[in-house]
Amino acid sequence: MDIVLHVNGRRVALSVEPRTSLLDLLREHVGLTGCKKGCDLGQCGACTVLVNGRRVLSCLTLAARLGQAEITTIEGLAGHDGTLHPLQQAFLDHDAFQCGYCTPGQILSALGCIREGHAGSDDEIRDYMSGNLCRCAAYPNIVAAIRSARPLLEDA
Amino acid sequence: MQEFSLSFPASIEPAMRAAAAPAASYLAGGTNIIDLMKIGVASPAQLVDLGTPADLDRSIVTTPDGLRLGSGVTMAQAADHPDVKRLLPAVAESLRLAASPQLRNMATLGGNLLQRTRCGYFRDTDWQACNKRAPGSGCAALDGVNRRHAVLGTSPSCIATYPGDLAVALAALEAELELRLPCGASRRLAVEKLHRLPGDTPHLETELEPGTLITALFVPTRAWFWRSTYLKIRDRQSYDFALASAAVALDLDGGVVREARVGLGGIATKPWRSREAEAALAGQVLGEASARRAADAALADAEPRPANRFRVELARRTLVRALLSLGGANHA
Repeated sequence: MDIVLHVNGRRVALSVEPRTSLLDLLREHVGLTGCKKGCDLGQCGACTVLVNGRRVLSCLTLAARLGQAEITTIEGLAGHDGTLHPLQQAFLDHDAFQCGYCTPGQILSALGCIREGHAGSDDEIRDYMSGNLCRCAAYPNIVAAIRSARPLLEDA
Repeated sequence: MQEFSLSFPASIEPAMRAAAAPAASYLAGGTNIIDLMKIGVASPAQLVDLGTPADLDRSIVTTPDGLRLGSGVTMAQAADHPDVKRLLPAVAESLRLAASPQLRNMATLGGNLLQRTRCGYFRDTDWQACNKRAPGSGCAALDGVNRRHAVLGTSPSCIATYPGDLAVALAALEAELELRLPCGASRRLAVEKLHRLPGDTPHLETELEPGTLITALFVPTRAWFWRSTYLKIRDRQSYDFALASAAVALDLDGGVVREARVGLGGIATKPWRSREAEAALAGQVLGEASARRAADAALADAEPRPANRFRVELARRTLVRALLSLGGANHA
């Protein structure tokens, strides 16, 4: 099937099988390997991206359904001059990862969490970030990073 | 994943025509069926996208009698809707405590009601014995790892737990579904009657004939439903299925229960409404003793196995705690 998507502001026209997931499309066809394949069954959150501004699991999303959708991946967050997005900087500042495999999904999910208005307290952050597993258990630092970045994003 | 075709109908009518084909299935949020297709448990030949029909209801409308939620509304939209939170706290909480934020952004209300069981023997096709997946093949869970399996509504053919939360709250609050039947007619169906007991046909899970479309959910907003809650007990504090849950609503006159609604989740083969608990509460002073009697009545018919016996008492205590939480000072 022929589809046209907008990935990080760039128009992408591709031909895909109906069963191609958005995750496989991004990694295998568009060359954006930032979103990660963890479980591939919607359980771990490593593949989280934004579709039309909302965080979703790209492994459970059929790419063919996304005609004209706006997709944001981790590669689309930094400024054109390489300036890191406030959440990326906060994850660095707070040492919010160890191996880093879950981090792109954590950051996209954190962006969704803040935009949805569910980062009001540490408890709320923990609850609304529970769809992103971190096997290194960097959770306390992830919460701290989101807490510190929230005011920057709300002012933006 | 097995090959399938995908169609994008512009409206409900062609969607229903497409879904009438053999081995066709609707695709709403996709969070359940795509997962099941990946693990080989579901293998539809055709998926009919419900994201494209312009006339599929994706709105939430408040009427004098209740809330009407389109079947295409996402779980996140309903959980965050001010009227759902204000008028039907048990419904809003059942949604907020379900799945993960990403899944709630994707999954629709109509699809969520039809979520399939998490029974490991159903989901793992290496196991041959599963009456739900392969009728007549037996049930590996009966003598298997069944800590999370059902204790209410079971049969010798199946003890798989219905995993959802929303349907438990909706069954307790006497919500109804609006259905479009393949013949074109419309019909209403109580959520309580949507799911079947497994009996000796656990592969027949609902009363919906193939091709039927859930178009909306209607939840009555009785004046006292604001005094309702959904309590969910899990192994993890968030993002897990219920070991036991309770949806309760109380009409209190002073400290006396005029009327009660009780649903139980995580412990039964279908969304479970306990009229026994409701009857035990009616006319009683709300307190530890009456709540305990209601919980005993709700679990009187439980048939646990050694590994899930603890969940009978867990369910009782969950219900007691949910009931007493509604009678506290904050709700006086």
